[in-house]
Amino acid sequence: MSDFLQLIISGTATGAIYALAALGFTLLWQASGTINFAQGEFVMVPAIVTLLAMSYGLPLWLAFLLACAASMLLLGLGFKRLVVDPLIRHGTIPLVIATLGLSIGVKNLMKSSYSAEAYPFPNLFPATLFSVGDLKISVYDIGTLLLAGAIVFGLQAFLNRTLTGRAMQAVAQNTEAATVLGIDVKRMVLYVFLINALLAAVAALLVTPTYLAKFDMGDTIGLKAFYAAIIGGFNQTRGALLGGVLVGILENLMGAYVSPAYKEGVALMLFLVVILFRPEGLLGRVEERKV
Amino acid sequence: MALVALALAPLGLKNYGIYLLTLWCVYVMAGMGLNLTVGYAGQMSIGHAAFLGIGAYTAAILMKLGVPFGFVLPVAALNCFLVGLALGFPALRVQHHYLAFATLGFNVLVFLFIRNEEWLTGGTFGIAGIQRPKLFSFSLDSSLSFYYFVLVSTILLAFVLWWIVRSPWGRAFAALRDNPIRAESLGVNIMAYTLLAFAIGAAFAGIAGCYFTALVQFIEPGPFHVTTSLMMLLMVIVGGSGKFFGPMLGAAIVILLPEWLRFMKDWYLVVFGLSVVCLMVWLPGGLLSLQDRFFRKA
Repeated sequence: MSDFLQLIISGTATGAIYALAALGFTLLWQASGTINFAQGEFVMVPAIVTLLAMSYGLPLWLAFLLACAASMLLLGLGFKRLVVDPLIRHGTIPLVIATLGLSIGVKNLMKSSYSAEAYPFPNLFPATLFSVGDLKISVYDIGTLLLAGAIVFGLQAFLNRTLTGRAMQAVAQNTEAATVLGIDVKRMVLYVFLINALLAAVAALLVTPTYLAKFDMGDTIGLKAFYAAIIGGFNQTRGALLGGVLVGILENLMGAYVSPAYKEGVALMLFLVVILFRPEGLLGRVEERKV
Repeated sequence: MALVALALAPLGLKNYGIYLLTLWCVYVMAGMGLNLTVGYAGQMSIGHAAFLGIGAYTAAILMKLGVPFGFVLPVAALNCFLVGLALGFPALRVQHHYLAFATLGFNVLVFLFIRNEEWLTGGTFGIAGIQRPKLFSFSLDSSLSFYYFVLVSTILLAFVLWWIVRSPWGRAFAALRDNPIRAESLGVNIMAYTLLAFAIGAAFAGIAGCYFTALVQFIEPGPFHVTTSLMMLLMVIVGGSGKFFGPMLGAAIVILLPEWLRFMKDWYLVVFGLSVVCLMVWLPGGLLSLQDRFFRKA
């Protein structure tokens, strides 16, 4: 029983990281109809930037702040201006293809200009264990869970309670109506891109100690964020959280009890079932067809 | 003209060059199938490598049992066609970006299956020692004769595609892509036609998979990863989706060009990836749409 609980806890912690990346994903989709296939690379870049900055002797927190800034500038503002803005009028498919191209380009840019090796990444929390009865819980899992949880709920509060947050939601729901109401739609969309970049940077900080910093680390995390976003509901912010945690827990349980070889398969099965029977996701709303 | 060039192309080349040309033909076959799904029927599929894999493994397993190639080919094609129907039937209810996700998920699942089910697929060790097929009693062991065999097959398959696209069926596909609602109101059954386009696309990939097996004579899960699916999708789009010769140009850019640009190493993929972004910004119809644009302006 205690094994089971431990698996659930560490699964939730991993899932919370997936949720961070997935959250950015759904936000982008809601606000601008962008499906970002380079989301994994958006996590990889801040991880490498943090390492680079630390190699110049900066402490972890300063290096991470630098990575956040770089991420918001390049992957937030730059991505929006250079890739999304010119492409959005062509519709979804060219944009999806462009983010695919971006993913390949950025990944190999890191490989050839930085390194093809995997590097260890400093742990934000110590790996020590403490016991509650039979249960052995690692401080790392709890720390990850708390930090990721705080960010997700903070973001929720920001979106629901503040004027800017509500304006952003209005843009996501109905762009024309939001414009009529005097909301600066362009600014709101830009905020979404910046938030996405920031979320990806935090996800990088939390996930890289286990994944190691490598040019192709984004492949796995991008895919997981993807599953999480769709399972939870592509057009619901809460959905990303549910999806992320579900994927994290299921993976852990599957790996321990059924077959480590099919660890990835279980999230995938859930993903396929959701797509087939509830394409709008567990918490999602049905998107109406625009004629 | 182009045919003569293709027939003469391998003469000055060593074995590796001929191998690459043959590989190009294989990807052209698979790309043509994907083009039918993406370019003509307008559905995003990111799982085409799965069908390539199913075809390749079907061929490998049957050929190891001594089944002749002429029999393996239709079996693999039918196999992929049926799997395509089975996947497409539920997945096409959702269409567009959801279909992209579903096919991607399917690809990962197929990859896991061929990597883990050692009893059937040999797992990560793969299946080795597959014999090249014979054409009647004529041996295709030399790389040159095999190249001509694959080239002729590709051309035949291209004619099949040409026929499909020109037939009332094919026109219905294009009508669906351009304006699904109007097509539906004109009596085109959206579901049936998209499903058919998807399954035929899958069968093309299955056929390509057979030739792939016969070409490399050793298969393992690696080439059938999602990455390959993404590359195949890029081939079709970069060349020009919905253009008959799009996949040929696209496959050349992805398979042949990196060899000439060897000195660039991984930078080739950097340039390629970023060029795709630029291409989508300036020329979302792919390279072959350059011609249209040029003529329209003139």
